[in-house]
Amino acid sequence: MKLNSWGMYPKVDSMTHELSDDTKLKEYLESCDECISYGNGRSYGDSALSANIVHTKPHDFFLDFDDAKGLLHVQSGVLLSEILESYVPRGWFLMVTPGTKLITVGGSIASDVHGKNHHTEGCFSSCVLEFNMMLEDGSVKNVKSGTELFKATCGGMGLTGIILDAKIQLKKIHSQYIKQTTIKTKNLRETFRAFDKYKDEPYSVAWIDCLAKGDDIGKCLLMVGDFDTKGDLDYKPKSKLNIPFNFPSFALNNLSVKAFNWLYYAKAPNGESKQRVGIDSFFYPLDSIKNWNRIYGKGGFTQYQFILPLEVSYDGLQEILGLISASGKGSFLAVLKLYGKKNDNYLSFPIEGYSLALDFKIEKGLFELLDQLDEVVVRLGGRIYLTKDVRVSKDTFESGYEDIEKFRAYRKKQKMDTKFHSLQSKRVQI
Amino acid sequence: MSYVLIVGAKSDIAKEVARTYAKNGYNLYLAARNVTSLEDLAIDIRTRSGVEVHLKELDITEYEIHQDFYDSLEERPLGVVTVSGYMAEQKEAQVEWAKSLNTINVNYTGTVSFLNIVANDFEKERRGFIVGVSSVAGDRGRKANYIYGSAKAGFSAYLGGLRNRLYESGVQVLTVKPGFVNTAMTKELDLPEKLIAQPLEVAEDIFKAQQNGGNVLYTKWIWRYIMFIISHIPEFIFKKMSI
Ligand SMILES: Cc1cc2nc3c(=O)[nH]c(=O)nc-3n(C[C@H](O)[C@H](O)[C@H](O)COP(=O)(O)OP(=O)(O)OC[C@H]3O[C@@H](n4cnc5c(N)ncnc54)[C@H](O)[C@@H]3O)c2cc1C
Ligand SMILES: NC(=O)c1ccc[n+]([C@@H]2O[C@H](COP(=O)([O-])OP(=O)(O)OC[C@H]3O[C@@H](n4cnc5c(N)ncnc54)[C@H](OP(=O)(O)O)[C@@H]3O)[C@@H](O)[C@H]2O)c1
Repeated sequence: MKLNSWGMYPKVDSMTHELSDDTKLKEYLESCDECISYGNGRSYGDSALSANIVHTKPHDFFLDFDDAKGLLHVQSGVLLSEILESYVPRGWFLMVTPGTKLITVGGSIASDVHGKNHHTEGCFSSCVLEFNMMLEDGSVKNVKSGTELFKATCGGMGLTGIILDAKIQLKKIHSQYIKQTTIKTKNLRETFRAFDKYKDEPYSVAWIDCLAKGDDIGKCLLMVGDFDTKGDLDYKPKSKLNIPFNFPSFALNNLSVKAFNWLYYAKAPNGESKQRVGIDSFFYPLDSIKNWNRIYGKGGFTQYQFILPLEVSYDGLQEILGLISASGKGSFLAVLKLYGKKNDNYLSFPIEGYSLALDFKIEKGLFELLDQLDEVVVRLGGRIYLTKDVRVSKDTFESGYEDIEKFRAYRKKQKMDTKFHSLQSKRVQI
Repeated sequence: MSYVLIVGAKSDIAKEVARTYAKNGYNLYLAARNVTSLEDLAIDIRTRSGVEVHLKELDITEYEIHQDFYDSLEERPLGVVTVSGYMAEQKEAQVEWAKSLNTINVNYTGTVSFLNIVANDFEKERRGFIVGVSSVAGDRGRKANYIYGSAKAGFSAYLGGLRNRLYESGVQVLTVKPGFVNTAMTKELDLPEKLIAQPLEVAEDIFKAQQNGGNVLYTKWIWRYIMFIISHIPEFIFKKMSI
């Protein structure tokens, strides 16, 4: 079967093992030379791709919930959306959630994902108390927060083993509404000031216009907010719009991107404005359009996400936004965020500084442009997010992740380095 | 809140049907052979939705015990969904009578025996719903699976008649005709990807159709048109075809 992730590039011939029980998984691992876990395929590139995959999504039982503590025990294939459906009405929310709820708990741990509250709550691993995983030799290990295997596995992109189930902490909420403030800025300087001014708000993210030129570079809509204390918990996920087929490739030309970015920006009132919005529109605006990845056409797309250390973020972003805008290869989506402190996990992406994420349609000349951007990122001591990546070189990857040698050494020592490989891990030789 | 009884609860489709009803606040009886393997699903559903879930041992081909089974339920269900089914390999079923017979008994005879009891009760109470999972395979006999198909055809006709009879008493009968579904039953088959539904999609379709008072549901919906065409191919052509 042809398999791909969210970017629809590359498409790989793959054999699938559906994860059901431990005994069958163990037998499977004995019989197969090489494989990688595949959750819900919401990573953009080739982190979850290989000739053989273990499809973990069918492993989707809820195991236990401690009402008093908000402690949830689920199998690794459970989607975050399923957790929300069950627990928002009972007054619980995820401590950390990325910009899509259509990902598995296993995938959340393996990419150590983060959300709009990274600066206050950190990565997904900070709400994980423990998990069970199957190692290469078929043994099942209980892994507690703080241990070395925990640090290697959170952010470890499935390369240490297969996560089977996890205990995660939920947070109490009293309303399904978020009090949001939207700040419209005119350039990067204003954007940085706004991030700084609102750094005590638990949730923040900016949508940035990547096609702006000259003095306008860095103009954005910054959205910050927190859960309301009043309101109801009557959360019902909205039905979705569907993009039923791949758009022809001419649909997403520079002009249409410009129009979209402009509309979005223009719609917002000048200065600051207040809104009260629901969970889905605040946290998961893109999930309301099913298969939105198809708008980039059959050839697919990629997301380029990097982060720069705080001290060099401003100059670095000026430079990179300048390069992007000059290239004319625009993006439907560009997300800017100020991150909090880095954690101890070997390969978790976040460090303290600004991160930009933007989508590019796969086309001629793109990878050359991204190589050019890489040079800036490397020069400034930044790094690339593996779960979005499909093309980064070994050198670029390594230069950003100072703990990569620790990770490699640990995997080697524990004999974890023969069976679990993805196309990505081979490319960057993790 | 009311109970829904799901027969054949171990099936992949039933698992999602059960979760969907639970999500909408219904308590559940999950009936199957060897129910102990359903303990984990029961915990899953209780944890997700906080509803009552009871496991009940039932073999749909043991007609003698159907009445006792039904009478022993703590509370009469508001609705019954039969999902149990059996599809023997056609080539084997046509030479091994036991396999033909089991196909007929699971898909038709057993379900008729059971639903007669349910129907009589619901008719008396003048309320309730019956959902029978049949198959598009029952819409026309094909050499590839006509033994299974004929049992499902009988079952579809039965449900049609039952709907007609129970209309007066306000009891809803929904016939479900799935096309290809990605389950244990079809694991070994090489099917066209675009036409395959996931069990969750089928379950959501069933729930929606049942709540909206539907009669006959094709899922995915495209199968209504596919089967319309297949049913209308003239016999003198159809008999020469391999589909
Ligand atoms: C619209 C959109 C918005 C997004 N927003 C954000 C965001 O705000 N922040 C952020 O951090 N990410 C974001 N992402 C990325 C996404 O959250 C991650 O890629 C996530 O890991 C995907 O999870 P998945 O279950 O789909 O896993 P997959 O994509 O299938 O796999 C991702 C990685 O996890 C590994 N893996 C999966 N399951 C297991 C398991 N059980 N055991 C071991 N390894 C496993 C895989 O091997 C692979 O390396 C976004 C993605 C999309 C499409
Ligand atoms: N999959 C498809 O493409 C498809 C298409 C059209 C229609 N259908 C119908 O959908 C329904 C569900 O099938 P499925 O695809 O989910 O396959 P499945 O997993 O094989 O489900 C069939 C279920 O029926 C149960 N069953 C068999 N004999 C029984 C008996 N004597 N008493 C009680 N239960 C019995 C089985 O239980 P055990 O585990 O105990 O054997 C099994 O759980 C069936 O009616 C099938 O005919 C399926």
